[in-house]
Amino acid sequence: MDETLLKVEGLQTSFFTDDGEVPAVDGIDFSVHEGEILGIVGESGCGKSVTSLSIMGLLPSPPGKIVGGHIYYKGEDISRAKESRMRKLRGNDIAMIFQEPMTSLNPVFTIGEQLMEAIRLHNHLSKKEQVERSIELLKLVGLPRAKELLAEYPHELSGGMRQRVMIAMAMSCNPKVLIADEPTTALDVTIQAQILDLMVKLNKETHTAIIMITHDLGVVAQMCHRVVVMYAGKIVEEGPVKEIFSHPNHPYTEGLIKSIPDLHGKKDNLYTIKGSVPRPGSIAKGCLFAPRCEFVMDKCRVNAPELSGSVHKSRCFLHQEQGRKEVHT
Amino acid sequence: MFYYSIKRLLMLIPVLLGMTLIVFAIIHAIPGNPALTILGTKATPEAIHSLNRSLGLDNPWYVQYFSYLKDILSGNLGTSIQTHAPIASEIWPHLAATIELSFIAMIIAVFVGINAGIISAWKQNSFLDYTAMILALIGVSMPVFWLGLLEQWGFSIKLQWLPSIGRDDIRNGVDPITNLYLIDTLLRGRLDQFWMVIRHLILPAIALATIPTAIIARMTRSSMLEVLKSDYIRTAKAKGQRMVWIVYKYALKNAFIPILTVIGLQTGLLLGGAILTETIFGWPGVGLYIYNAIQYRDYPVIQSGILIIAFIFVMVNFIVDLLYGLFDPRIKYR
Amino acid sequence: MSEPLLQVENLKKYYPINGGKFGSVSETVRAVDGVSFTVNEGETLGIVGESGCGKSTTGRMIMRLIEPTEGKIIFQNRNIMELTKREMRKARKDIQMIFQDPFASLNPRHTVGHIIEEPMIVHHMGDKRQRQKRVEELLELVGLSSYHAKRYPHQFSGGQRQRIGIARALAVRPKVIIADEPVSALDVSVQSQVLNLLKDLQKKFNLTFIFIAHDLSVVRHISDRVGVMYLGKVVELSESENLYNDPKHPYTKALLSAVPIPDPDIKTERIILEGDVPSPAHPPAGCAFHDRCPVAMDICSIEQPHLKTLDDGRLVSCHLYN
Ligand SMILES: Nc1ncnc2c1ncn2[C@@H]1O[C@H](COP(=O)(O)OP(=O)(O)O)[C@@H](O)[C@H]1O
Ligand SMILES: Nc1ncnc2c1ncn2[C@@H]1O[C@H](COP(=O)(O)OP(=O)(O)O)[C@@H](O)[C@H]1O
Ligand code: SF4
Ligand code: SF4
Ligand SMILES: [Mg+2]
Ligand SMILES: [Mg+2]
Repeated sequence: MDETLLKVEGLQTSFFTDDGEVPAVDGIDFSVHEGEILGIVGESGCGKSVTSLSIMGLLPSPPGKIVGGHIYYKGEDISRAKESRMRKLRGNDIAMIFQEPMTSLNPVFTIGEQLMEAIRLHNHLSKKEQVERSIELLKLVGLPRAKELLAEYPHELSGGMRQRVMIAMAMSCNPKVLIADEPTTALDVTIQAQILDLMVKLNKETHTAIIMITHDLGVVAQMCHRVVVMYAGKIVEEGPVKEIFSHPNHPYTEGLIKSIPDLHGKKDNLYTIKGSVPRPGSIAKGCLFAPRCEFVMDKCRVNAPELSGSVHKSRCFLHQEQGRKEVHT
Repeated sequence: MFYYSIKRLLMLIPVLLGMTLIVFAIIHAIPGNPALTILGTKATPEAIHSLNRSLGLDNPWYVQYFSYLKDILSGNLGTSIQTHAPIASEIWPHLAATIELSFIAMIIAVFVGINAGIISAWKQNSFLDYTAMILALIGVSMPVFWLGLLEQWGFSIKLQWLPSIGRDDIRNGVDPITNLYLIDTLLRGRLDQFWMVIRHLILPAIALATIPTAIIARMTRSSMLEVLKSDYIRTAKAKGQRMVWIVYKYALKNAFIPILTVIGLQTGLLLGGAILTETIFGWPGVGLYIYNAIQYRDYPVIQSGILIIAFIFVMVNFIVDLLYGLFDPRIKYR
Repeated sequence: MSEPLLQVENLKKYYPINGGKFGSVSETVRAVDGVSFTVNEGETLGIVGESGCGKSTTGRMIMRLIEPTEGKIIFQNRNIMELTKREMRKARKDIQMIFQDPFASLNPRHTVGHIIEEPMIVHHMGDKRQRQKRVEELLELVGLSSYHAKRYPHQFSGGQRQRIGIARALAVRPKVIIADEPVSALDVSVQSQVLNLLKDLQKKFNLTFIFIAHDLSVVRHISDRVGVMYLGKVVELSESENLYNDPKHPYTKALLSAVPIPDPDIKTERIILEGDVPSPAHPPAGCAFHDRCPVAMDICSIEQPHLKTLDDGRLVSCHLYN
């Protein structure tokens, strides 16, 4: 249970555009252990997708490039691995599903063709075994009429069904890590509930570790064990889900939690975080959250806080002050 | 699919009717009296009048049109004024020559065009991409006759590698069966002649293929660029699939619909382009046949030649329409 | 109790779609299938339902951007459907719309000032100077600055663009604003800003809102009453307090329990619906929800339930409450 599968160390990924270098991911560290569900949460543009694509070696390049840090999979540094090595890992050890189930499947090949290809790429199975495995996978993800589905095309399926097919495809080679990049954002709430339920079930049954990328703290609270909160390309808080929700250390995390409309009990005004997410690289010095922070202090505008703490980490002077005080007394 | 094919086939009827009407109208709008051409300038008015009557030229236009239509439907394309032979039997060797040339040209265009386009898209903004696209730009802007003459000058006259005129050597003529010489030489087991036929085909086929190659390459590139950016290509990479495979299997099938459309249109235009190429290379096809007929004011031949080219054009596009469904299951045949 | 400002009666929109062997019209999509509700002056009616249930179509029909197949829309005691072109133009001024996509709904080639001014030009309001002054007022009102008038939409973030959309809707001093998923495309922290803004504006100008959303979490905060739609029909409509604390219709219950709660300690028994929303071209017979309903009975697949008023005044369309 405690074996570290994936370890990201000081990862820096930039995009080299006409307007100069955009540091989309700016030095992040986290690790994923066997069988756990790690949430990565943050608002759009904070670097969640870029992080996952960096791990998969699928950055659009140019303009994207890993400019610093390491990614270790079972101890092996894959951040600069050869394409042939990455091909062996992708799908087989680390699989990924994406936000848009509508466009993530190839429209001109049948579900069966796409599923069997995924199986065939990493396993030597006969045609018959491939069909059997495909049916088994479709059943695993709760799709009815598995056999007929094999001959159908993606456009004949609803969004929720397509996302299930994507999951089946990702699970086809029993990966150790499944990266899910906002898998339910494009789906309706009742369908989202189905898919999240399925992912938790798969995690329990197969012990595949899941990196759940989302902008929805509700999703994190419902299914993740640990969570990493990202803001403008950096990690601002990390820790066990219960800890983070009961004692958020970083003002951003706290603000995010408070600004979610409550289903029960009505407040007159919703809590808001003022301003909007900065463009990556647009804040040159000090704490990235300083322009929006309600606890901002003078030093926040000058020095950048470090991520500190052991199990529950955060990147905020406020907490580091308190922490020190606690140690002194 | 079956119903769709039938429906499309039925829809061809008005198209073909319109086509015959247009061909008919064009010929009748052209000044000059066929009777005069047949009988020569010294003909008496009486002789002209009686020939007009026997040709049916004194009837109102719609009566002429319907008898023309009736003739076509019974496979009668009229007789050539020049040779007095029935056009229907005379035209086939020419048609076969054109089909053979166009077919080879189209194969070159599709093969080279698609591959150049794919590589350009795959290695976007690389040296290869730029080279291919500059060549394509030159290709579309190069006049065919000029390219043809250039080829003849270079490869036939200077280097003497390839013949520049005709389908076969005059002293070593192919004995026709189907009039498709590539097939005929094989049927007769004459591999030496087969090779000779190919050597004759190369220069005119390349001249004819240049423009379609360039256009297909450009279309393939832009269509592929679009597809390569799509989410499902990313999915295929995430499965661990190889790039070559992704490009040629996944992406190409998706990119193929617009490419197919261009191929269809280009095949039609190619038949038109054949007239020019055939006259330059002395290729005894429909083009040359029509060209000679025009010089002789052989109206029935011109009419039939144009009609047949138009007919092939319509049929090619009909087939392309049916092929769409093969590449894109989302196209609903209704 | 204020009187109804807007009343919708048995509103329907059917789209014919081509099908069949030779392209004949053989099916109809029942996008909206007999929707009725009232909206009182100064209140907010929330309309919630999953994508494709007919929310946008309903909203657009009230604006008459889409012609209804059937039904009445009574605004200020007059049936909009019977207005002349001229009267309709005037009525349009009173009902404005805010759209979901803050990126697509603003013309990228116009300055923000022009975008906000345009509806005033269309309705011949004031002269150039007055209009420009109002543009500046409006920008300040929605939390932007007057100098933003000279900029173009692409220079703004999603939340700011939505504010521009709101300013444009307010420009002609409407009575009713139909907001079609105005915060669905925004980040959580920005969502709450826009929701607060809408609420403030409502108080300030006594606006009446129809607020469309695809999940229940956002609507709660802003709505006085909420209508839940499924496959073109309203299945439950009630005071939002009642609806959230004690949902009646099985679909409302499922929709409510599907919202992930941002508290890891609350592990509610979730109702997970099976299957997908059926196509509105082939709604199931009887209760349209019966193939997914966890408590469906025999009668549900045979007889269509109708909206019934319960004791507490709420409307529910379900055989359980007969
Ligand atoms: N193809 C690209 N070109 C340039 N910049 C990019 C590209 N993709 C992403 N970025 C930059 O990276 C940042 C993070 O993007 P992303 O990881 O997609 O955010 P999210 O957290 O919403 O998934 C964005 O703010 C954007 O500026
Ligand atoms: N122009 C149209 N033609 C045919 N069907 C349509 C058209 N517009 C909308 N629909 C259908 O009507 C239904 C309701 O659409 P809409 O009102 O946009 O739903 P919502 O806003 O609730 O997501 C959908 O199933 C949609 O497919
Ligand atoms: S370091 Fe300062 S500005 Fe940054 S989050 Fe903490 S208190 Fe706010
Ligand atoms: S009528 Fe029947 S099927 Fe429909 S919601 Fe009520 S109980 Fe469920
Ligand atoms: Mg993303
Ligand atoms: Mg909508």
